[in-house]
Amino acid sequence: MNHTINTTQKTANATPLETGYNFAFLDEQTKRMVRRATLKAVAIPGYQVPFASREMPMPYGWGTGGIQLTASIIGQQDTLKVTDQGADDTTNAVSIRSFFQRTTGVATTEETNKATLIQTRHRIPEQPLTEDHILVYQVPIPEPLRWMEPRETETRKMHAHEEYGVMHVKLYEDIAHHGHIATSFDYPVQIAGRYIMSPSPIPKFDNPKMDNCPALQIFGAGREQRIYAIPPYTNVHSLDFEDHPFSVQTWDEVCGLCGAEDSYLDEIILDNEGNRMFVCSDSNYCQQRLKAGHAGAMTAPQGQPAATRTESNEENNA
Amino acid sequence: MYVAVKGGEKAIANAHQYLAAERRGDTALPELTVSQIKEQMRLAVDRVMTEGSLYDPELAALALKQARGDSIEAIFLLRAYRTTLPRFYTSAPINTSVMQITRRISAAFKDMPGGQMLGPTFDYTHRLLDFSLADENTKNNVTPPTCNEDVPATCDETPRILDFLQNDELVEGVGSAESHQVGDITREPLELPAGRDIRLQKLTRADEGFVLAMGYSTQRGFKNSGGHPFAGEIRTGDVSIEVTPEELGFPVTIGSITVTESEIVSIYDGSEETPPQFSRGYGITFGSGERKAISMALVDRALRCRELQEDIIAPAQDEEFVLMHSDNIEATGFVEHLKLPHHVDFQSELDILRRLRSNWAKCKAKREEIERNTQKEQKIRQSGTPEIKGAA
Repeated sequence: MNHTINTTQKTANATPLETGYNFAFLDEQTKRMVRRATLKAVAIPGYQVPFASREMPMPYGWGTGGIQLTASIIGQQDTLKVTDQGADDTTNAVSIRSFFQRTTGVATTEETNKATLIQTRHRIPEQPLTEDHILVYQVPIPEPLRWMEPRETETRKMHAHEEYGVMHVKLYEDIAHHGHIATSFDYPVQIAGRYIMSPSPIPKFDNPKMDNCPALQIFGAGREQRIYAIPPYTNVHSLDFEDHPFSVQTWDEVCGLCGAEDSYLDEIILDNEGNRMFVCSDSNYCQQRLKAGHAGAMTAPQGQPAATRTESNEENNA
Repeated sequence: MYVAVKGGEKAIANAHQYLAAERRGDTALPELTVSQIKEQMRLAVDRVMTEGSLYDPELAALALKQARGDSIEAIFLLRAYRTTLPRFYTSAPINTSVMQITRRISAAFKDMPGGQMLGPTFDYTHRLLDFSLADENTKNNVTPPTCNEDVPATCDETPRILDFLQNDELVEGVGSAESHQVGDITREPLELPAGRDIRLQKLTRADEGFVLAMGYSTQRGFKNSGGHPFAGEIRTGDVSIEVTPEELGFPVTIGSITVTESEIVSIYDGSEETPPQFSRGYGITFGSGERKAISMALVDRALRCRELQEDIIAPAQDEEFVLMHSDNIEATGFVEHLKLPHHVDFQSELDILRRLRSNWAKCKAKREEIERNTQKEQKIRQSGTPEIKGAA
């Protein structure tokens, strides 16, 4: 794994710093405004704080909320990890990481335990987070009540009065229709017994990781101009009923590469016959396990087929 | 196979290089210059400046070149550039009454003090393709016509036609100027319900197509009240920008910009406090964005429904609907983000779908079994009691 880090850092050093822009792109006034909103969010866990979101050089929907949060809190001493769908080498993660390399020059890593600041889209790393981490989520729709009530003017009132009946009715109706709660990602949570909050579209598999987490978790929705937060060691309850307790996804399969039984698995269609395999969604977790000598069905003694390797690995091996 | 769902840095770099080559096109042809775009694609430049919220024709032209002519992409480039620009001053409100007018029309009156002035408009052209423009050798050295008529020297105020009606209280007033209290959607989050200043700001930078469609819908009956809208006045021209530096204490002109302003009036039935009168809608854009300015005025009028105590029955009157969906940079970002990988969520949905399908299959099997049993029972009953059939 070390050589991957070296490569990444080499790239960081080789990347020329963008001139003509402030450290981390945003001007200091804007950063201060974002930090003030973030502090308010930390003070009122789960409450959506409006903030004057700026246009960023990436489109809305590409993580502009998370990018503004990261830009506002990142410092020279930070080590940044950017992950998308659990992987550090998906296109958008690569693009955001290179943006911060070009505008800050800070060290980057793919390793969860080496990072101080992790920006993520749609996943929480499998490796447990610590007090040394800040997890920044990219959020498309911050309002958990949006699918029941499209109007912001209404949902803000509902939060203010703690009127969460519609949410419980929705979950109840799911059970009545399907026998279980038919929400598999962006599964609503209640923070510190007060605000109902959208965890962003992480799979509900990740929900338990938010509860009592030692790391600060902050959420940024750029287009919707909202910031919210879960302070460290805060109670995060995934909504459920006594007779229908919350449960997470499980698989009959294990990771085809590293054999992990405890991680969120992506299903990959291998060929035209529709054969498929399952692999860890968290690429760093999977690589760490491979390094530690774990192996799955696809990484049997004959070695991994070239096609299953990522480009960056190939480069590293060369 | 694993590589299929991953995108490496190399892939991104290659895509950028490919894009740059596609932007340039056939290298046998001379490259388009920024000043050519600025001069000859001026309406595209105007739109990019208006929706990009930055008056800078050079940068807007550059953005159009970089965006390969895609307006929304160019608007995005300009917005992303302006976002970190420091703000030195808030200018005095521009005074469009003392505009250096290049176009001014009123549809409400045949003639008016100051006169009707068509200016460079497409309005009365016949939309026939001009093949002479395709001939690169033709010299299109056209000069603007000169004015033979006796026009009062451009100077002081050009009166506003609606002011004449306002003197008779046939048109509502415009309210007082409160420049220091104007909100700023680029510096404060949007809060609903929004004031008219905020609504007008949102509409000015809103997508032209969206505002056009919203305005159009009010003309086709999707509004509550108000009569037929009339273009009270549309004017295009240059206005100067003034700021008052603290150390000087008096206003200084720092430049001028071209704007198009549109004022629309329609009959308002009045309320208990207000007598029937013409109510106003206002629109303004950078450059010659006349279509947008008129549409904006229609939507502004429709959105004043709360203030005018009208029932809200149509989309164009619905402030939250209009304001939250009018920005094309927000909209295009969220719509196009569907291109980003979503396999984690998709995996969750697959899981749910498989469970739903297995439940469905179980229920179906159960239903069929119940049906079969009922049929069986019926058959037994029928075969066991043939005399009933006969009796019937």
